[in-house]
Amino acid sequence: MKRPPTILMRARDRERRRLLRGAVAAAGAAALSGCDRLSNNPSFIETLKGAQRLSHSAAKVVAPRAAMAQEFGPQDIAPVFRSNGTLDPRDADYRQLRAAGFADYRLAVGGLVEKPGEWSLEELRAMPSRTQITRHDCVEGWSCIGKWKGVPLAHVLERVKPLPAAKFVLFRCFDSMGDPSPTAPDSRYYETIDLDDATHAQTILAYELNDRPLPVSNGAPLRCRVERQLGYKQAKYVRAIELVTSFDQMRGGKGGYWEDEGYEWYGGI
Amino acid sequence: MEPVSARTAAVTESDRRFYRHRLPVRVMHWINVVCLAVLLMSGLGIFNAHPALYWGRDSTFAHPWLAIWSKNTPHGPVGVTRIAGKDFETTGVLGLSQSNGQPNPHAFPTWATIPGWYSLALARHWHFFFAWIFVINGACYLLWTIFSRHLVRDLVPTREELMNIGRSFVDHLKFRHPTGDAAKRYNVLQSLTYLIVIFGLLPLVVLAGLAMSPRVDSVYTGWVELLGGRQSARTLHFLAAFGLLAFVLVHVFEVIVSGVWNEMRSMITGWYVVPREHPPAVPSPLPPADASLAKEMQP
Repeated sequence: MKRPPTILMRARDRERRRLLRGAVAAAGAAALSGCDRLSNNPSFIETLKGAQRLSHSAAKVVAPRAAMAQEFGPQDIAPVFRSNGTLDPRDADYRQLRAAGFADYRLAVGGLVEKPGEWSLEELRAMPSRTQITRHDCVEGWSCIGKWKGVPLAHVLERVKPLPAAKFVLFRCFDSMGDPSPTAPDSRYYETIDLDDATHAQTILAYELNDRPLPVSNGAPLRCRVERQLGYKQAKYVRAIELVTSFDQMRGGKGGYWEDEGYEWYGGI
Repeated sequence: MEPVSARTAAVTESDRRFYRHRLPVRVMHWINVVCLAVLLMSGLGIFNAHPALYWGRDSTFAHPWLAIWSKNTPHGPVGVTRIAGKDFETTGVLGLSQSNGQPNPHAFPTWATIPGWYSLALARHWHFFFAWIFVINGACYLLWTIFSRHLVRDLVPTREELMNIGRSFVDHLKFRHPTGDAAKRYNVLQSLTYLIVIFGLLPLVVLAGLAMSPRVDSVYTGWVELLGGRQSARTLHFLAAFGLLAFVLVHVFEVIVSGVWNEMRSMITGWYVVPREHPPAVPSPLPPADASLAKEMQP
């Protein structure tokens, strides 16, 4: 039934609306500051990070080791392959190798292996190679397509024969992310991947980009390509490779430079 | 008084109580509210890491169709939003905003992101954790909605309702809301919107999100091409998210104009008080000056 609104009703209505607006604003502000408090709470963030285990397990089921990343045609190659992170390492040992055109570079592969090995660039080039035109996906959100040539990591691993205790492949890189002087705390880039990814057909140690020797800004003389993970998992300026059981004792204990800075170890998403 | 009013007046409020939303719908609805809020805001935080969108397989860095950034001008820094090659100055909100009195040179302002400062790593943790809850909740909803017959009984409009879509459209524009038995069912525009959201926008936002995972891309090599490539998928993810935001804004608006307490109660307790039938068109007893208010007061 329609009744003429009284002054009282109008006031009550206004009051209700004012209350509602106030409640919504207060709830919104409380939720926002609550989220920020949670973001500063390490155990809450650890809980959120737990989702990566679920993501990784699900990925292993729906995209097992045989599942291949998309490969493209020559017409899809980007005119300039964007580089990110370190563009020109300042470390003295790297500068020295670079000055000599990486002629003295040796890739040392050791750790939990039967036969540790050391190879020059020339020797790596003489090994079986794989060429692939793939899409590089940065954690920031951009993508770039490039053509890579390198030796499959699986081949190198066959040569050194990993021991049963070996669970992860650790890449030690030349580039210091902080102060490169030898007296400063070690801030050289490092990464770890599991054997599942390490032995994937498209995981290669690349020495060529777009039919030319790998440029310094893209990780010369050797970088890893792990095509089903994000860019930060794909170590540039690889100095040495080690097979390890775990990475808990390494630096921040999270398995990589960016992982120690808070990013997920599983970078397939 | 005319007989119609006397008759409706005899029906008390408790007689008009109607159990509208069953418990699973209510629980899943509120889980969804939390998930969508966190996903949108952490998503904007992630976007801030590379505030540009492209169409295609990879990024043509010089030609994003959307980019939001800040730049220096002789008059100081400004926020710029570029859409399809056209630049708009958006200082204060997009590209350059204030955060605790400090200039914040990120695409989306801190009040719109989780966390409330720039952190790609943290924004990703929030996003993926709540994405899992959102997807599991959504899957439960789909199963429930099919097996409880909520879908065919409540959500799919009847032929008759579809025939009257024009009237429903006019009713919405006039803010006239269904009363009596009609208020016990979703109206036709409402159910069509829900169907578009449930079977269109939500699957799209999930699929386009998954397409950005390089590992999921390898499930079936090349499937991302169906969305136009990975950068197109990122664009679609963004557009679908804003489509969902638009839906939420309209949804909340409709809740407010159709009786916020009644609507909120029905989504919390399940119980809804069915609005009285509209009285037949009779000359308004009110003086013309109060006519607009009278409309608002209509139950």
